[in-house]
Amino acid sequence: MSGGHSSYTPSTGIEKWIDARLPLPRLVYDSFVAYPVPRNLNYAYAFGGILAIMLVSQILTGVVLAMHYAADTGLAFNSVEKIMRDVNSGWMLRYLHSNGASMFFLAVYVHIFRGLYYGSYKAPRELLWILGVIILLLMMATAFMGYVLPWGQMSFWGATVITGFFTAFPIIGDPIQQLLLGGFAVDNPTLNRFFSLHYLLPFMIAGVVVLHVWALHVAGQTNPTGIEVKSKTDTVAFTPYATVKDAFGLVLFLILFAYFVFYLPNFMGHPDNYIQADSLKTPAHIVPEWYFLPFYAMLRAITFNIGPINSKLGGVLTMFGSIAILFIVPWLDTSKVRSAVYRPWYKLFFWLFVANAIMLGWLGSRPAEGLYTLFSQFGTAYYFGFFIVIMPLLGLIETPRRLPNSITEAVLAKTKSGGQPAGVAAAPETRA
Amino acid sequence: MKKILLGLAAAGLGTMLAFGTANAAEEAHNAAEPTHFPIKEPAEVNWSFAGPFGHYDKQQLQRGLKIYKEVCSACHSMHLVAFRSLEELGYTEAQVKAFAAEYEVQDGPNAEGEMFTRKALPSDYFPSPFPNAQAAAAANNGAAPPDFSLIAKARAVERGFPRFVFDIATQYQEGGPDYIHALLTGFGETPPEGMQIPEGTHYNPYFISAKSLAMAPPLQDGQVTYDDGSPQTLSQYSQDISAFLMWAAEPHLEERKKTGFRVMVFLVLFAGLVYVAKRRIWADVEH
Repeated sequence: MSGGHSSYTPSTGIEKWIDARLPLPRLVYDSFVAYPVPRNLNYAYAFGGILAIMLVSQILTGVVLAMHYAADTGLAFNSVEKIMRDVNSGWMLRYLHSNGASMFFLAVYVHIFRGLYYGSYKAPRELLWILGVIILLLMMATAFMGYVLPWGQMSFWGATVITGFFTAFPIIGDPIQQLLLGGFAVDNPTLNRFFSLHYLLPFMIAGVVVLHVWALHVAGQTNPTGIEVKSKTDTVAFTPYATVKDAFGLVLFLILFAYFVFYLPNFMGHPDNYIQADSLKTPAHIVPEWYFLPFYAMLRAITFNIGPINSKLGGVLTMFGSIAILFIVPWLDTSKVRSAVYRPWYKLFFWLFVANAIMLGWLGSRPAEGLYTLFSQFGTAYYFGFFIVIMPLLGLIETPRRLPNSITEAVLAKTKSGGQPAGVAAAPETRA
Repeated sequence: MKKILLGLAAAGLGTMLAFGTANAAEEAHNAAEPTHFPIKEPAEVNWSFAGPFGHYDKQQLQRGLKIYKEVCSACHSMHLVAFRSLEELGYTEAQVKAFAAEYEVQDGPNAEGEMFTRKALPSDYFPSPFPNAQAAAAANNGAAPPDFSLIAKARAVERGFPRFVFDIATQYQEGGPDYIHALLTGFGETPPEGMQIPEGTHYNPYFISAKSLAMAPPLQDGQVTYDDGSPQTLSQYSQDISAFLMWAAEPHLEERKKTGFRVMVFLVLFAGLVYVAKRRIWADVEH
């Protein structure tokens, strides 16, 4: 996949035999063993690997859960409880799967923020970034449909609200909603098609992941300095260096994952989802899962009409726009410098963006009234302002700090000035 | 990475300020006509099943079962709990069989095509007091009493910021039983001056969705006889039934926490080994 020169040399007869017919071992060797990675990657770069493992974990637990699940409005809720009570280790499978979704999103958000911080989306990695945004979209669709399957109150009403967004579009809105629902309201056809698609989409994600990794291996990884690899001393071999570092990051992540699964399995869920769906009883507050809350807050922030666009359509366009805008990020950023490490102003606005995203998440869980709406509107304005105004403008007016000549120079300068033991204050932004 | 963490901390502080302002705005509401429920927050009870080594107190679950059987089951179903699972409360197979036989369930059709009733078996589930939701509602002023199988996980008072963050460290997952306990002990308080209580409902400041509820105070001191010498008080009853309902909702809680401990020990040791390996491999590479 790396496209470069292959250093794989089959040693045994059987390896030579396979290599002449299907050079799969060569591909694996070149992509995951000899593949050169920058020597200065920190633990923020471990999340790609973590995400791959989370996808596998979700598919494995999901396939087994599907063996015990019944996609029928009369049976779904009780079949999930059957898994929780009577299936061997069923409680563990289900808690792994439901908390796994949360962990998947936690990891993907860190992964995206890392990309924004280090400018990973810039040329020649635009397609790599766009494929990542496609994966995010697929993940969101998968998670949303998966949340409907237990057929609890939040499942049902969440599905009702979210499919209702589409009715905001003139003319095509209603037919789209009816196609999604398989009828005029959330019911058995909805549950059946959501189950089918929830099973299908993860494999589509896996397919796009292959493209994502392929694109990564063509352009090579970025690194905290944002400087391209120039010589062999800038890199180390993927195995054992990156493998063992990623493995350590992964195990730490698994500790967090296990902590939630075994000690706080319902922390991230909503109590109402332990009540069977009832189309006649609307919950007091309909709230999506935590990972959708920032987008939900932006949807509800639009409480006013903009010309011919009413507030409902405006909200829906804002919500879809908040993801869609990610697609053009590579062209919105005008800075010649990739990494925020050398961009003092961008760094400030980036962290404000993170704080703003967290605030929007909290606001999404509040009722849409009074001050909350006002805060949401400010938050939404900053979210879009960051991409549309700050990114293009900063690149033109900001004076970046002096860049080192190479990754090796940056690494050596840091270890020299910091001295041993590993200087705490010296250039911490490039430290692992 | 350190910079990222520092930045995150700063980001957190900034948002906390914003949250504080918004929270203060939410607090201001009228005592006589509250708009946010419950009016009072439930107290945190010291449950045996809380924390990383939590386990059910079998004596307590048995007392809770007695309360469910003698009081609650008159109105509340528990249709996801099978008699066979009562063995987890410390009963023998024979005791469970005898317990199940005290209930009648409908079965059939038989060879003649007729439905018939028979004594319940351990493989049966707790029969419901009403034939359907409509009958339950009709007998209870239009509000069907909720099923008890999952109630301890289906009710929880929102913890609010920043407490829900601290709950991660303290492993607080007992919002359900705390709520049930608070509700059962929360009847009998005098409503604030000027509050209108709808007829046929009972004021309870701990009720999660209104100022009063249709259920009358179900438990009083001395109502259920305990044979293990535990105090026969409302406070004790409320704790016992809450613990029992937690078990009903999460029967594998002990197994989960035990497995969790093994998993954590393994992962922490494994992380240590991987870290040592990482240090050795990277020892001669400046990075």
